Amino acid sequence: MYWNKEMECMPPEQRRKLQLERLQNLVRRVYENVPHYQRVLREAGIRPGDVQSLDDLAHLPFTTKDDLRRTYPFGLFATPLQNTVRVHASSGTTGKPTVVGYTRQDVDTWSEVMARTLSCAGTKQDDVVQIAYGYGLFTGGLGVHYGAEKIGATVVPVSVGNTKRQIMLMQDFGTTVLACTPSYALHLAEVLEESGADRSRIRLRVGVFGAEPWTQQLGREIENKLNVVAIDIFGLSEIIGPGVASECLYNAGLHLFDDHFLPEIIDPETGRQLPPGEEGELVITTLTKEAFPLIRYRTRDITRLFVEPCPCGRTHVRMSKIMGRTDDMLIIRGVNVFPSQVESALLEIGQAEPHYLLVVDRSGPLDQLEIWVEVSEKVFADEVRRLEALGKTIQREIEGTLGIGVKVKLVEPKTIERSQGKAKRVVDKRDVYNKNQ
Amino acid sequence: MWVRQISIFLENKSGRLAAVTRLLADHGFNIRALSIADTSDFGILRLIVNEPARAYQVLKDAGFTVSETEVLAVEVPDRPGGLAGVLDLLNSAGTNIEYLYAFVSKSAENALVLLKVENLEKAVEVLTANGVTVPDYRVVHQI
Repeated sequence: MYWNKEMECMPPEQRRKLQLERLQNLVRRVYENVPHYQRVLREAGIRPGDVQSLDDLAHLPFTTKDDLRRTYPFGLFATPLQNTVRVHASSGTTGKPTVVGYTRQDVDTWSEVMARTLSCAGTKQDDVVQIAYGYGLFTGGLGVHYGAEKIGATVVPVSVGNTKRQIMLMQDFGTTVLACTPSYALHLAEVLEESGADRSRIRLRVGVFGAEPWTQQLGREIENKLNVVAIDIFGLSEIIGPGVASECLYNAGLHLFDDHFLPEIIDPETGRQLPPGEEGELVITTLTKEAFPLIRYRTRDITRLFVEPCPCGRTHVRMSKIMGRTDDMLIIRGVNVFPSQVESALLEIGQAEPHYLLVVDRSGPLDQLEIWVEVSEKVFADEVRRLEALGKTIQREIEGTLGIGVKVKLVEPKTIERSQGKAKRVVDKRDVYNKNQ
Repeated sequence: MWVRQISIFLENKSGRLAAVTRLLADHGFNIRALSIADTSDFGILRLIVNEPARAYQVLKDAGFTVSETEVLAVEVPDRPGGLAGVLDLLNSAGTNIEYLYAFVSKSAENALVLLKVENLEKAVEVLTANGVTVPDYRVVHQI
């Protein structure tokens, strides 16, 4: 089921023409309106008129997360703030979030690509869409919300949490489409099982799962428990939020909406473009975004692209499920977590040269983050209550920085393995990228 | 000079206490008194040894998190109400006790108790004024 057949099934040659037009326009816009881009394009010796073909993309400079941080909050905006109708933000590694902005047109574009995403999952006007992604600065909730409304489906903006109530609403409203993180879907499935609720009153047909990586196995488990088809959706707030790419009901890779988002795969070490089929870092250029356009944004997600047509008829380039990261970012309950955030929180408390380890596990369906902190002489106190207070302080500080609940464990010095060179900061027992297969 | 207690941070896992006592034995220290405060995740081992300064260094060199704390040793009559009398005195003087533990004493008439209090001078003043014996640190450390 298409939302916009003309765009989704456009002959590839015609789409390339459209992409080039949009790319040329984009380079001109950022050159004229964003000082950062004017400077880096000049440094690269590129004038807006130099982009003559899509191959010229490879000559343009990359944009990194560091560029976003350096220009916090609005430095990369290409339109005046008065034209920005919305901002969202994601958690930052140094306490400062990454801020993204949308003009009215951008919100329309976002609704369009989310309507395509939900249509990929077979969502129609007569569906009841329960949105259990978080609402707020996080793009998940509102992104799906606008797409579902655009389709004309009945939207239940329940947000995340309060699982028993979610199940009640699901039964009473006759929810047919569930949108949430895969780990929350699994949690919901287990609560449903335990509660012994009347399954005949559950009308779920499809689950739209994203904001964190998930394996096929986890997908099958959710499908069996909730009796739904699990659809993997991909997006990131820097690019637009959810709505960058989506699986269709053929479950054969994610259709990347490349009339709006121009993807490349590069070798993360050399920055060199890789041909279709090869695994590398996903880089995206936002062709149509007005307020917050990005040229060659390095997502740090590892995947591969393939161009063979899909049985569904869409001609968009497809990407594999995310296979890993080029950095040490963790995604826990849909929230991005960097070890460096934990480090800065510990430094804040006065732990000089903190030794710490992030241990992530899926005990039950939800991810648990345990943080091991070595007790140095500097913070060691001879009284239990003072050490317990230290643990609580560390917990509060880290939770405040990360925005998710954690458990803090105080450990003896040298418990955490010292490695040559890069310290090992993470033990992830979840195997989200399916590496242990 | 006050009695010097050594505190050691220990994780709640098997073999940690043995590691400390083995290390002290190998270096020829005599443990005069000891107590453990524990939670589900960690414990604090508190020790009185014959050579606190050297023991501190040995433990630190072995990679333990160690601290030194000044505590008060008090002689308590070895009969019913002996400890109660001492604590009543401290309580009436408004001296808060963080923790206390008993000494492995060989003397017959009196037991020896170690107290961590907020204000050592004030505690000693109250106790000695009321006839309680506060032994010299050298006696306690058996120097």
